[in-house]
Amino acid sequence: MTVAVMATCLGDAMFPDAPRATVRLLRRLGVDVAVPDAQTCCGQPMVNTGYLDEAVPLVRTTVGAFEGYEAVVVPSGSCAGSVRHQHRLVAERSGDAALADGVARLAPRTYELSEFLVDVLGVTDVGATFTHRVTYHPTCHSLRMLRVGDRPLRLLREVRGIDLVDLPGAEECCGFGGTFAVKNADTSVAMGSDKARHVRETGAEVLVAGDASCLMHVGGLLSRQRAGVRTMHLAEVLASTAEHPAGER
Amino acid sequence: MGATFVGMPPFPEAARTALADTRLRRNLGHATATIRAKRAAVVAELDDWEDLRRQAAAVKDETLTHLDEHLLTLEAALTERGAIVHWARDAADACAVVAEVARAHGIDEVVKVKSMATQEIGLNEALAARGIAAWETDLAELIVQLGDDLPSHILVPAIHRGRSEIREIFRTRMAAAGRPAPDDLTDDPAALAGAARLHLREKFLAARMAVSGANFAVAETGTLVVVESEGNGRMCLTLPEVLVSVVGIEKVVPTYADLDLFLRLLPRSSTGERMNPYTSTWAGVTPGDGPQEVHVVLLDNGRTRALADEYARQVLRCIRCSACLNVCPVYERVGGHAYGSVYPGPIGAILNPLLKGVGSDPVTDSLPYASTLCGACGDVCPVAIDIPGILVHERVKVVDAHRGDRPKAEALAMRAAAWGLGEAGRMALGEKVSGLVGRLPRRRGMPGGRGALSWLPFPGSRWTGARDLPTPPVESFRAWWRRAGRDEEVRR
Repeated sequence: MTVAVMATCLGDAMFPDAPRATVRLLRRLGVDVAVPDAQTCCGQPMVNTGYLDEAVPLVRTTVGAFEGYEAVVVPSGSCAGSVRHQHRLVAERSGDAALADGVARLAPRTYELSEFLVDVLGVTDVGATFTHRVTYHPTCHSLRMLRVGDRPLRLLREVRGIDLVDLPGAEECCGFGGTFAVKNADTSVAMGSDKARHVRETGAEVLVAGDASCLMHVGGLLSRQRAGVRTMHLAEVLASTAEHPAGER
Repeated sequence: MGATFVGMPPFPEAARTALADTRLRRNLGHATATIRAKRAAVVAELDDWEDLRRQAAAVKDETLTHLDEHLLTLEAALTERGAIVHWARDAADACAVVAEVARAHGIDEVVKVKSMATQEIGLNEALAARGIAAWETDLAELIVQLGDDLPSHILVPAIHRGRSEIREIFRTRMAAAGRPAPDDLTDDPAALAGAARLHLREKFLAARMAVSGANFAVAETGTLVVVESEGNGRMCLTLPEVLVSVVGIEKVVPTYADLDLFLRLLPRSSTGERMNPYTSTWAGVTPGDGPQEVHVVLLDNGRTRALADEYARQVLRCIRCSACLNVCPVYERVGGHAYGSVYPGPIGAILNPLLKGVGSDPVTDSLPYASTLCGACGDVCPVAIDIPGILVHERVKVVDAHRGDRPKAEALAMRAAAWGLGEAGRMALGEKVSGLVGRLPRRRGMPGGRGALSWLPFPGSRWTGARDLPTPPVESFRAWWRRAGRDEEVRR
């Protein structure tokens, strides 16, 4: 089957390693990968801030870009959540029945990366090697909007050489929250600082999550603190092999 | 009482002040973590928790759909049992009814059982303005009242106070309100509770009139219900001659049997107990036993406005358990005062805008944004209110309410972003520009080799004040795909 990768706007423009790793990982698992040129942003930043009208062209672009693919894989819990649960609101608002139909067709074919690997491909051992001490942060939208459960951890546990350690208070929000990070910057930083402290307590070298946005926030704090902890998307760890380890160019 | 929420700054500003209070953060962090763990443990004991939530939500929804009928049934049942029913459109109406009852009996002092509805309408302040003193008899409310403070939590109004602070409040303020605290008062919890007990006992015995709220109002029987932990409510409900109960119209449940559900969900969600210590029910007047004059004020104060919103009306299912406060990472760090209302936390962030309406005051408009949309609140809610969904819904209403104004920076930024991201070619162009930034010499690097931006001009400074931002990559994913990714050989 041909699977379309949704890079997400943040992945495309700021964290290309994550969608690149997603492409490589899927190909290694024998999946025929497409990256539709027309894709841009799912519109989540606008929806979550209340700008529904502004999100209409982005939802239209997204629906158009991914029309016709059997499955769409998103290396982001929050963007997958947006497609599955929020696009409907935007389409209803637009009053465009064709758009609403497109949204209804796209939503059930859209998978967050760990869901696609475990549920559709039926694998937990993806043949990865990553010899580092790692802690995993389950991002809120993966956890509570998509209910991905322990799928990412099941994938990580099968990675050769990995030293996976529990993150204290793992299920508590990191404080990013999209525009919350700037609208309520002080509270966002207070929450993120506690998350960063918990990460440091684990002694991990690498913080892994399935959302680049949350990693950008916590990673930004860790960097400012010179904590010596790097952040990596789940896809990068899963794409990592002994021949081509993640983190090397 | 000088404390009032009116005139509070919007949430981000109030939060900044609260975050600087280290004692507050320690008190809150400790208290919410304790109660979260207790709740999780007792909820896990029940294997039908999800069923109970769904049933409770269904009962509430059915009641709200036919609220008019249930309220008329309630009024008839209450009247038949000797209570006098008043309908109050707003806070002023409700306060006037209570004051008029007191005036008719020549009463200048009333005792109160903790009640969110009377806090909401500012009853104590309204009575004080008419020369009537209202004394809170809930321990935590007493601490808040004596401290000339504001409640910070729905269930534990003094959650932000440590015991040494409480000792200080009792020592310095109790005497002016009645029986003074003992000279040798320590900050031992039992000693503090003992001092409050002696102080309050005098109030109960002297009071001729009490004011209560109600957790539930049973339509078919005209029964009001108060759930509490200390027994003070029972004192208020039985000792005085006159009782006035102020009840939000959403508190109605159709039948006595419906209570079963809620009395199982509420204590586990709120205090982490299997059952609450005191459940009191009362209905009308019984000659020679208890209050001989009972008034019930049925309060709207924005509830019909919330009811008119077909999607968000589920907010009126709320049974004020405060489980959403205790799991909210935002509430945990800033406390209740920052929300500028007696209803703080996630429920306050949706309830206040729904009761008051958005678009008219900046505090209310800031509340739907006082959340990261992490969803923890929705998961714990015992009546399954979609709090994260309503937060977004209210944000949309806030934005729409201001569409006619001169656009602020945020609206312009959203429009610009929507344009820039609306079409792939425009996005690619933007990435070329950001790629140039990525080529600039790096002043320092992040772990993993990316350069770090540590300073940006406003509004980027809202990010870089405490966080680094990676420099943009030289090559976007889109550009990589076109250059090499499309034809890249599979790496094993």
